[in-house]
Amino acid sequence: MKLITAIIKPFKLDDVRQAVSEVGVQGVTVTEVRGFGRQRGHTEIYRGAEYAVEFVPKTKIEIAVVDALVDPVIEALAKAAQTGKVGDGKIFVFELAQVVRIRTGERDAGAI
Amino acid sequence: MRIPSRPVVFGLLALSIQAAAAAAPSEPTVVAASTINSGDTAWMLTSTALVLLMAIPGLALFYGGMVRKKNVLATLMQTFAITCLVSVLWWLIGYSWAFTPGGPLLGGGGRALFNGMTFIQGPPARLSVSHLASTIPETVYAMFQLTFAVITPALIAGAFADRMKFSAMLVFMAAWSLLVYAPIAHMVWEPSGWLNRAGVLDFAGGTVVHINAGVAGLASCLVLGKRLGYGREAMAPHNLTLTLIGASLLWVGWFGFNAGSAGAADGRAGMAMLATQMATAAAAFSWMFAEWISRGKPSVLGIASGAVAGLVAITPASGFVGPTPAVVIGVVAGFLCFIAATSLKHWLRYDDSLDAFGVHGIGGIVGALLTGVFASKEISGLDGSVLTQLKGVAVTLVYGFAASFVILFLIDKTIGLRVTEEQEREGLDISLHGESIE
Repeated sequence: MKLITAIIKPFKLDDVRQAVSEVGVQGVTVTEVRGFGRQRGHTEIYRGAEYAVEFVPKTKIEIAVVDALVDPVIEALAKAAQTGKVGDGKIFVFELAQVVRIRTGERDAGAI
Repeated sequence: MRIPSRPVVFGLLALSIQAAAAAAPSEPTVVAASTINSGDTAWMLTSTALVLLMAIPGLALFYGGMVRKKNVLATLMQTFAITCLVSVLWWLIGYSWAFTPGGPLLGGGGRALFNGMTFIQGPPARLSVSHLASTIPETVYAMFQLTFAVITPALIAGAFADRMKFSAMLVFMAAWSLLVYAPIAHMVWEPSGWLNRAGVLDFAGGTVVHINAGVAGLASCLVLGKRLGYGREAMAPHNLTLTLIGASLLWVGWFGFNAGSAGAADGRAGMAMLATQMATAAAAFSWMFAEWISRGKPSVLGIASGAVAGLVAITPASGFVGPTPAVVIGVVAGFLCFIAATSLKHWLRYDDSLDAFGVHGIGGIVGALLTGVFASKEISGLDGSVLTQLKGVAVTLVYGFAASFVILFLIDKTIGLRVTEEQEREGLDISLHGESIE
């Protein structure tokens, strides 16, 4: 089992949700985050006072998958989130030690 | 109504014909209810509500949106509390000192606790009227003027946003309302006041309200010092939607402020309304284009600030000028207030947080001086003089600054003016009021 974490552009969220659903993902956790990478922030000016906004708003999604689904999900996710411009984001993949479905107590593959 | 008593051109024709009075009264008097003009009274009741709308929620939201999220409730609270405070002070003595005859500097004490302000059902029905607006009940005139007395100190709060103790603010506003606002209002608007006798023109409060509040704001940000982290930390407005709603409510309410200052539902009120709209629109565009050209983008805060600058500048002139001079006043005020708010305060290194001086002080001065240039005898029966206007501006700047500075200095040395560093970092909402919006 793996935990796939992706940082994407916020407006790509719906495309990504649809793409990963189509390859069999049944649950996604979404968080609004801020951060910086190669994409630069921007400057805001209020009555002549300039503020550099260095952290760009992004959306973080987390998906737990069985090993067989890792590659199809990464492929679908990357394709859906890509615009080709700087700031499209990143995908991180972690080993997942355990999964428990709280309602039934099912574990691991059965709980994903 | 706010016309200097020399030459006497009161809109009192109706009264003098009906009562066949030999001379217009120079103090509040009790008259027969039949002398009241219902059209004037209806408009002044409406104007009073409109001007209160400018303060709460208009100004409160305008300022509230511009501060950081941790100070929004404290900022709204200031305007609301000032509204309550000044209302009570107006009853106590403020109205009497400002709008009853007395010396050249201050009115008399005869209307303390609104003593003598009456309405008697009769028959015959009688009521008191002010000598400054004799076709409407004095109750309505006193309430209309109360709303001006409320919004003026509330404007000052923009300069010291984010760092004054609430207790100190209440003491400052109480002292300022009685020791600065009431005397200046008397000097400029009451026929026994010396600036009124000198012929200073101020239709709706460019001098009394805006220069006065602006320079008090300058004094307060100088005495208090800059906000912690000023120039290093981000202090961007937290919600410009609130600010734009506030600016819009100010704009709407300002028709009560300016057209209401005619004291009557008449042609001059209509002209004041027209001039107000023209100047505001022109100033909003003037600020917006100045910003667009010099900084690259036309901002929401910019167009809203420009509109307020235009409203401020046309305040003394409305009722004296036609629509074309109003456009000129708007263009000049929008541009100069833009310079004041975006450059002047950075050059001079004071932290006028929300530009109370930059918009109200500078806009008020522009309006007061240009009133001298453009005042039309056709509309007002009076000629303007830039020199006379300059006198009104200078007196208000000097007295307003000095008196505000002394009051603030004394408060600072006694109960303390500024919150602690820890309270300021935490935000005034939590540290002073125990509440937050998050």
